[in-house]
Amino acid sequence: MDILEILLSASFWAAAIRIASPLIFATMGELICERAGVLNLGIEGIMVAGAFAGWIAVWAGLPLWGGVAIAMIAGMGFGALHGVLSVLFGLSQHVVGVGITLLATSLTFYTYRVALPEVSTPPKIEAFKVLEIPLLSDIPIIGQALFAQTPLTYLAFGLTAALAWILYRTPLGLAVRAVGESPASVAAQGLSVAAIRMGAVIFGSGLMAVGGAFLTMSAFDSFFFDMVNGRGWICIALVVFGAWRPGKALLGAILFAAFDAFQIRLQQTGIGVHVPYQIFLMMPYILSILALVLMSRRAEVPAALMVPFNKGER
Amino acid sequence: MRLEPIANPTLTRRVLPPALAIATSFAVAAFLAMIAGGNPFQVFGLIISGAVGSKFAVLETLNRATPLIFTGLAISVAFRAKLWNIGAEAQLYMGAVVTVVLGTGALGLPGWAMVPLLAVLAVIAGGILLLIPALLKTRLGVDEVVTTLLFNFIFLLFVSYLLEGPLKDPMGMGWPKSARLVSEARLPRIVDGLRLHWGFGLALIAAVGIWVVDKFTTLGFEMRAVGQNAHAARFAGIPVNPVILKTALLSGGLAALAGFSEVAGLKGSLTLDLSPGYGYTGIVVAMLALLHPLGVVAAALFVAAIFVGADSMSRAAGVPTYLADIMLASALLLTVLAILITKFRVRRD
Amino acid sequence: MIENSTAQHPVLRLSNITKRFGKVMANEAVSLDLVCGEVVALLGENGAGKTTLMNILFGQYAADEGFVEVFGTQLPPGSPRAALDAGVGMVHQHFTLAENLSVWENIVLGTLPLFGRSLAARAAKAKIRALSESFKLAVDPNATVSTLTVGERQRVEILKALYRDAKILILDEPTAVLTPQEADGLFATLREAVGRGLSVVFISHKLHEVMAIADRVVVLRHGKLVAERATADTSREELATVMVGGATKAPEFEARSAGPALLTLDRVSTQATASETPLDRVTLNLHAGQITGLAGVSGNGQATLSDLISGLIAPSQGLMTIAEGEISAWSPRAALAKGIARIPEDRHKTGTIADFDLTENAMLETYNSTFAKRGWINWRAARKHADHLIETYDIRCPGADTRIRLLSGGNMQKLVLGRVLENNPLIILANQPVRGLDIGAVNYVHARLGEARTNGAAILLISEDLDEIMKLSDVVHVMSEGRLSPAFARGSIDAAGLGAWMAGDGFEERADHAS
Repeated sequence: MDILEILLSASFWAAAIRIASPLIFATMGELICERAGVLNLGIEGIMVAGAFAGWIAVWAGLPLWGGVAIAMIAGMGFGALHGVLSVLFGLSQHVVGVGITLLATSLTFYTYRVALPEVSTPPKIEAFKVLEIPLLSDIPIIGQALFAQTPLTYLAFGLTAALAWILYRTPLGLAVRAVGESPASVAAQGLSVAAIRMGAVIFGSGLMAVGGAFLTMSAFDSFFFDMVNGRGWICIALVVFGAWRPGKALLGAILFAAFDAFQIRLQQTGIGVHVPYQIFLMMPYILSILALVLMSRRAEVPAALMVPFNKGER
Repeated sequence: MRLEPIANPTLTRRVLPPALAIATSFAVAAFLAMIAGGNPFQVFGLIISGAVGSKFAVLETLNRATPLIFTGLAISVAFRAKLWNIGAEAQLYMGAVVTVVLGTGALGLPGWAMVPLLAVLAVIAGGILLLIPALLKTRLGVDEVVTTLLFNFIFLLFVSYLLEGPLKDPMGMGWPKSARLVSEARLPRIVDGLRLHWGFGLALIAAVGIWVVDKFTTLGFEMRAVGQNAHAARFAGIPVNPVILKTALLSGGLAALAGFSEVAGLKGSLTLDLSPGYGYTGIVVAMLALLHPLGVVAAALFVAAIFVGADSMSRAAGVPTYLADIMLASALLLTVLAILITKFRVRRD
Repeated sequence: MIENSTAQHPVLRLSNITKRFGKVMANEAVSLDLVCGEVVALLGENGAGKTTLMNILFGQYAADEGFVEVFGTQLPPGSPRAALDAGVGMVHQHFTLAENLSVWENIVLGTLPLFGRSLAARAAKAKIRALSESFKLAVDPNATVSTLTVGERQRVEILKALYRDAKILILDEPTAVLTPQEADGLFATLREAVGRGLSVVFISHKLHEVMAIADRVVVLRHGKLVAERATADTSREELATVMVGGATKAPEFEARSAGPALLTLDRVSTQATASETPLDRVTLNLHAGQITGLAGVSGNGQATLSDLISGLIAPSQGLMTIAEGEISAWSPRAALAKGIARIPEDRHKTGTIADFDLTENAMLETYNSTFAKRGWINWRAARKHADHLIETYDIRCPGADTRIRLLSGGNMQKLVLGRVLENNPLIILANQPVRGLDIGAVNYVHARLGEARTNGAAILLISEDLDEIMKLSDVVHVMSEGRLSPAFARGSIDAAGLGAWMAGDGFEERADHAS
């Protein structure tokens, strides 16, 4: 297969959008947290928990959207825990985040073993199906890439637009941006820093969990232990790459997913035979580091990111 | 809600919250064990007897504690200087790779020279691996949490490549596994006939060494100053970036010793499951030890006991072994909260 | 009848407010009334409890005892929102603005229902423009706050209150950051506001301002209300005595002849950065046996000059000479080696490490020279050194192993002072050395600087307080936008003259830099 041929095929772009979808959910979740001043390193574990919660809920008989809701609630639960520790008590966001990831991951694996003690291969569920949008899906290349996806993918794009609007056009968004820049200014205007940050972390964590659920309910139809496999950490890099802006972060996620889809296809070409497959698998992580390095000189980071706010202290 | 520093915390205030934190994490585990159909008393009984109930169990716990002391020290050294090294897993494998590359016949040295040389080279290699994210932090301001985390994935894939390629054991019947170390490269046992190798001794020496560095040397002073307030440290003439880089070398080196000791002391060869996440568990160990090097030994023994105990409990009671991970993750979160409460009063205004 | 009631019923009443922080009594049974259209000055030296009292009024702290009443309604304790809704507006001493947001966003923040659908930007900007017109508070609503001068930022703070239709305006040390001319502008705005029926609480420790703007003066000392006077019935002298509580002896500074120049900057410029104003070809001589004062509105390059002399940054152009030797590789350690004593602007964040004890903080600059051999620290000597400083500089603390976080500002500053003055340094950089200290500590620090001057040290005193500058300095420079004015000898220029230079008048327009 020719490289150009890959880049021009509809299936390649459809795959890119599909790979991007969970990243978009989780990246938006992380973006909200960081805009409010909280680095949420619980993302990896929360995605694991979301992937499991959504899937097991559907396996237990809930409808698909019910599963998404369950995933979201699970994520919000861990977000609340993160918020209590990092926002209310002002503990190190690094330590709390890593702790949440360890807790969410181990709780998930434990619950899996308790719920399914005897199985060697996890059961499959009836996952979200592709929903072709009439007319639009008939556009060459773009049509199949953008308008022949599962409903969760459409939701990811709609969510990004809604988020951008909320962030820049509504009082709530202004409050979130301000609390990440200068919590003291928010407190002086009579708003509760703790409430806004808690809200952002809880909602953002919910979105991360939906990102995880996409993996078990849309991309695949079952749950595996190393399913998330560092996607959470990649999303943190994507937030930086997107300069904390929803639109740019969305583009970053698609670009990243396109690289990922590209390397999968490249593995099957003539080059792939000569290069160890591990090199291809490393690419997403290496790209993430490169993205961080490239964006490092830009000073767009929210001024109060990782700075806890203690009332009465200056 | 507001936090107010306490001038002179009472003994109760300093001891009670951490104790409650550990107790609560036990309670969480008990609750979860019940959900899984286990009797919590039986479960904890099995954990304890599995960890320290026999000579074999005790030795197993000490063996399991060895890599955890190293990674715990690595994390506590780094965290003290606010260098957020979450990449101890990669550095551990780096130490193991160096040991295997040079210890499977490439070097022909007597044991008294070979073992220390391998250890030193592992330390250097592990240090250099952490030096890269540290340089990205000091030069470009790239957050080291994410880079060190991503390095774990990259390096593990690299190890996987090595084990399927250049380092693959030709006698391994196709398994991704390295050749065995030559006997001169092995860490001897502390007492003949007892399954406990000198890696454990080395870990204890390392802990005391780090404690001495911390307490009595200018480097220790510098690392603490940089961690507490880098801006004030820089103003006072402490070369902040060089100190961060030195910290990275030290931390990465300590983590690499875990890999060296597992390969040279315990396993004798390298496989992809050398570490069940010792690099991450090191974070729990370090935090439970309040980042104190001697505390790390105690915390590592505690954590190892839980893991070893949970393994045998799981076999006997059918409660998944992940119970141990949950207990430690909640202990981590609750301990950092408890430490805060020992220093601050929470006021409701 | 109605008129009568507005004249007599206070718009604001503080009743028996008591607040403790640990064992410290910040406010003790303070009561205060404010009537409509009145300016009350709250006078007191640093640490007297003024800011705490106003934070209680504004709901940022809850009082341990007592209550706050606005227009006859009691405010729930600990709720800034309630205070704002009742019509209380506060201009903090340290501005509370989000730098990367625009002026109008900062003003609108918190004024709309959180889950409202729109920010109504156009209407908000129109209202802001109207307010800035009628209250003479010129500022562009679309500007990003980080691009504003200090004076403009303060106007935004006042607009924040006016935008919410505040009826009571509290200003905490509002003139501390302004030039005398800007302060006059602020007073004009306040008179305008009072004319429209607003009431003002004006917190200050500057007597001449209090006399100029207030109808009534309330004096706080050690957290207690010690005097209340109509401005017409009192004098600066009387207020000074009540404020300090008896006579305190401020050190005297007389003119002295200068020694040789110990530190010279010759047309020194520094690299532009995001946060600080760079130096623009600054020429400065610090002479032995002299205090050189540096006045200026904060953010005009004083911090950069301080960083330069501290060793944190190096010149990008020009020549820096210390004791006749040109400096090469410049760093904090090099500055220390050259014998420069540095008292930083922020003793909490720069001068000390909060969770280090006194011993460790005392050895922070000498840990590797005086107190270590081949990398091993001599703790016994370090401890002795700390004990010596505690004794000599009268640092009140439980012992050398106390974490410095637990010390008062004055004692913390004494440690910093002792650390740098102990070896009789030749060059001293004192950046805002008395900010936030009470009068006793202020006099102590000034006396020590005076001693150092007598011993022949060349001292650079950076301060935003013109009174301090004019009292201590043998020569004064003014800094504006990174440029340095000529030197003015003691007594050759008055506050208004300095104010004009602070506003940027007098600097010749320079042609483009020789690139």
